[in-house]
Amino acid sequence: MNTATQTLKFNYHAILAIYKFEMARFKRTLWQSLVTPVITTSLYFVVFGAAIGSRMGEVDGIHYGSFIVPGLIMLSLFTESVSNASFGIHMPRFTGTIFEILSAPVSAFEIVLAYVGAAATKSILLGLIILATANLFVPIHIEHPFWMAGFLLLVAVTFSLFGFIVGVWAKGFEQLQFVPMLILTPLTFLGGVFYSIDMLPDGWRTFSLFNPIVYVISGFRWSFYGSADVGVGISLAATSVFFLLCLGLVWLIFRTGYRLKS
Amino acid sequence: MTAIISISQLNKTYASGLVALQDVDLDIRRGEIFALLGPNGAGKTTLISVVCGISTPTSGRVTVDGHDILSDYRAARAKIGLVPQELYTDMFETPWATMNFSRGLFGLPPNPAHLEQVLRDLSLWGKRHDKIMTLSGGMKRRVLIAKALAHEPGVLFLDEPTAGVDVELRRDMWSLVRRLRDGGVTVILTTHYIAEAEEMADRIGVISKGKLILVEAKSVLMKKLGKKQLTLHLQEPLVEIPSGLSDWGLTLNNDGSDLEFTFDSSKEHTTIPVLLRRLGELGIAFKDLNTRQSSLEEIFVSLVTERR
Repeated sequence: MNTATQTLKFNYHAILAIYKFEMARFKRTLWQSLVTPVITTSLYFVVFGAAIGSRMGEVDGIHYGSFIVPGLIMLSLFTESVSNASFGIHMPRFTGTIFEILSAPVSAFEIVLAYVGAAATKSILLGLIILATANLFVPIHIEHPFWMAGFLLLVAVTFSLFGFIVGVWAKGFEQLQFVPMLILTPLTFLGGVFYSIDMLPDGWRTFSLFNPIVYVISGFRWSFYGSADVGVGISLAATSVFFLLCLGLVWLIFRTGYRLKS
Repeated sequence: MTAIISISQLNKTYASGLVALQDVDLDIRRGEIFALLGPNGAGKTTLISVVCGISTPTSGRVTVDGHDILSDYRAARAKIGLVPQELYTDMFETPWATMNFSRGLFGLPPNPAHLEQVLRDLSLWGKRHDKIMTLSGGMKRRVLIAKALAHEPGVLFLDEPTAGVDVELRRDMWSLVRRLRDGGVTVILTTHYIAEAEEMADRIGVISKGKLILVEAKSVLMKKLGKKQLTLHLQEPLVEIPSGLSDWGLTLNNDGSDLEFTFDSSKEHTTIPVLLRRLGELGIAFKDLNTRQSSLEEIFVSLVTERR
């Protein structure tokens, strides 16, 4: 009989077990997890960067092909973070194997750290691969690399937390797809991936400022080119607020056992 | 024997209003095999779920080896291994990988020697690198047991462990449970198969409609509640029970050829000789006799029926 867990204060073995399990699933589905988004992003460059971009000139003094790179990375980062984290926690609920997680000596914090950590790792990896892919098509200059890395990490963690919430909330795979497909993707497209919101008419520009994605993309683009639709401080604050909101909701989920415990 | 699990005044009411457990008090003794019997929906799985941390109690207290399941949940859960009723496992994993996962989840470093021993004990060693989805139903159930034993628990919950498995595997499983008990593991099993409880349990608890009706040592239960039946095969059939035997509660069967007497097994030694003497006095001869004791199943059914 074991005695090691009697004095367990922080279950890093459990974090590692869940993390490795999730990364193993990532390897098993490497094609859909990694290659598909890379191909999709490459197609964006071909269509928007080369075909349409060649007629667009420059945006804020940046070549259009280069301008869309941060937005495209964010587009993938949002969808992959949400998909990976939501699937990661939803799958054990769907198959019933969640019983093992709930009956193990693991705290809510450790569970979230493992699932969100794995989802964020995957999406950051993907973001970096897309960055490298983009570099093959257009010239890229990163003016604030530390800020870029910081934004990448913050956004990946925040949207992975959001995905975790979606995964707990969803009653089935249809609902699991609902948030990324019908809410996140439209907001991202309208959030300035392919354009600067300064290019919009006044009314639409004001309307766009209610879209939280605008702030995230703007901040990330600033780290590349030093110019943005909104101030970088506001971007950082908006992203941080969303992060804290997600963190609060996750805390509430474990506090109440919402859709995890009966 | 000291209690390894103490449950006091445990209540569980689901959000739907369903009362699943009512004022359950129960002590599980260290090193015993405890069988929890009850019809569907009686609260067996809910009780296990609460102790294991899957379900939150509405009120009451549960300790595992002295550790409260809420305030000291890490230490309490670390002691417990759970084999669920359904075959909940990751079908794309291998037994080896999933056992390592389970061990890590319970906060322990890898121990290949222990995992090998468990897999060998469960006759799964040769299948350790096969995908679980390719294994038979019986093997999948054994994988679940292997996962539950991966972290060397002191208490093992088996929720309907032999549901849907063949006779041979059931026997193997019973043998495994006994070996675990001999190794110091306390085993709590829920079952529909009375034969399973009769075969293995040291003590039996009967739960019905969320209430623990009784907890008793199996032998005491059988003795206390078990009825014995004496059947006398008469030389000459009787048309009716003679008036001289009317106080005995006898019944005639098989066209009057069999005289049956149901009695309390604890009074066996005093009542049967008196009855046989009385039959001799009345000139009723018999050519053969046999006795039969009621099974645990009959006891269980009568207990649950009484409560309805």
